[in-house]
Formats: sequence, C-alpha cells, structure tokens
Amino acid sequence: METILLYLAAGIGLGISFFKDINKTKMALKKALKAFEGILPQFLVVLILVAISLSVLDTATISRFLGTKSGVLGVLAASLVGAITLIPGFIAFPAAAALLQNGAGATQIAAFVSSLMMVGVVTLPMEIKHFGKRATFMRNSFAFVFSLIAALFVGWVVGL
Amino acid sequence: MKEQQKKPEAKRYLGVIIAGTAFLIFILALPAYREKSLSMMVYQAKTMLLVIPPIFVLLGLLDVWVPREKMIKFMGKGSRIKGSVLAFLLGSFAAGPLYGAFPVAAVLMKKGASFFNILIFIGAWSTTKIPMLLFEMSALGNRFALSRLAIDIVGIVLIAWAMASALGKEEIDSIYKNAESME
Repeated sequence: METILLYLAAGIGLGISFFKDINKTKMALKKALKAFEGILPQFLVVLILVAISLSVLDTATISRFLGTKSGVLGVLAASLVGAITLIPGFIAFPAAAALLQNGAGATQIAAFVSSLMMVGVVTLPMEIKHFGKRATFMRNSFAFVFSLIAALFVGWVVGL
Repeated sequence: MKEQQKKPEAKRYLGVIIAGTAFLIFILALPAYREKSLSMMVYQAKTMLLVIPPIFVLLGLLDVWVPREKMIKFMGKGSRIKGSVLAFLLGSFAAGPLYGAFPVAAVLMKKGASFFNILIFIGAWSTTKIPMLLFEMSALGNRFALSRLAIDIVGIVLIAWAMASALGKEEIDSIYKNAESME
C-alpha cells in the first residue's frame, strides 16, 4: 500500500516537474541514477550480510538478543550498534524490518533506527571540524539519550 | 544528493567481491543454510528494488527544485518561529547522509542563520527526511514510522534548545568564526 503511495508521489512529482522544466527533470533523474549507483556497493554488501546472518540466526536467537524480553540490555545494545554504524536509511529499514519479522522487538529496533540516524560516531571528526569538540560531543550525547527515549515511545505506541 | 568520492570501480566494489565470495563459500560449505539464505536474499532484494526507485526519483526532484537560497534568507537571528519552520523543512527536504549536512550548516552560518535554527536544520536532516519517512512506513509500518516522526520532532527542538542554552555566547561565536574561515 505505502509502496503504491511512493510510486504515486514520485509519478506526480515527475509529471509536474516535466511540465515545468524538462531540463531540470532530466537533471533530477540523472542525480537519482547517480545516487543509486553510489549506494549500490553498500547495498549489495548489506544484502549478503543480512542473508547470511538471518539464515544462521533463527527466530529464537534473534529474540533472545533483540526481542521484547531482551529488555534494557537489548535496547542499549541496539542503540550502541546504531550509533557506531553508518548505514543509509533505505538500506537499514529493510534489514530492520527483516529483524522485526524474525523476532526482534519494536523498542529495540526503534532504538537502533533512532541512534543510527541521530548519532554518528564514525563521522565525529567531520562534525568536530565544523562545530568544535564540545558542541559535537554534546549533540551526540543528547541524541544518544534521546534515541533511547524515542525507542521507548515508539515501542509503546506499536504495542498499543 | 551528495556525490560520493569517486574511487576506481574495482575498489568501490571490493567489499561486494569479498562478501560475495564469503557467501559462495558459506552456501557451498554449509548446505543446510543454503535454501534459507538464498530465499532470504531474493526476498530482501525484491523488497528493496521495488521500493528504492521512487525514493531516488523523489530525492533527485527535491534536490533540483527546492530553492535553498531563498529559504536561507528567512533563517536569521530574530526570525522566530518562521525561520525555525524553514530550517526544519530545509533539513527534511534534503538528500544524503548526515555528514552531508555539516558543510551546508557552515554555509547557513555564513549567511547569518541563528544557532538554534542551525541545530534544528541538523536534527531534521538526520531524522525526518520525507522520502525516507515514506520508505520507513512501507518497511516498518505506519505506527512505527509516524510515532517515531512525532517523538523525533519533539527531540529535535529539545536538543536544539538545550544546546543553544548550554553553549555560551562565546563558544557559539567561535563556531561561527570557524565557519567563516571555511572555504
């Protein structure tokens, strides 16, 4: 259903753009293609890793580490992994969905997704260059704590 | 969309080659997992390839059509809520990973956007991008995606406010000076 919505949004956007300016539309499509090619290697690696790990880890194992019963430790572990890794959302979401279908809890997955997006350990040097050490550490610590709060909230809403 | 550093093709795909070889060894050495891992891979690839094309078209369109310059003008000090809403929208309609936001933030600082608005922009860029939201809804469900969006908007404002108050005027000034000195 949402996929149809996505195609509809993209189609309408393209249509309007095409009528307004053909060249800009061409440029947009070129950028889209280039961006896709840019993430392709990462995309394939994650695809392979997900296939291997989800075939080895059965539902019981995943839910032991990331399931609803894994509790605070599971949430903390998930958000730590999210903070450290650097994966674009469109690659992380399907992997997260697969984990969710295979026994992970919504709170744990939300912790992973939130800290993945808001906290960037790998990109700290880049951030420090622009904002200085204190502001960078402050932003990332706040974001880490907040991603835990967000996870609890999302887990609560999904469980309603 | 932020262009990736152009590396030679072979180097860029090195990870894929390593992972692919590992996968081949894996399914040959452990036939017990063969069927499950292959079907998992096909399923994942199908889902991703079905959803990804419209997202990239949307990102490309946003990149070309959103009038950055015009929006930046309204984000200065004393711009109040209008400036913050614009900063939020500018971040949400952006494309690319979080580290792509820092150079843009430097440009915003040079053009006089307030520090609070800069932080709103960074927060929005990191978590509330619109094409991503559509994707998150299709992958993880409406409840998951929309409740995360709602709490994240609160979080972005809280973090921006906390940081703008905690960092003294001097520190913020030096961050701006640093931005000035960047090319």
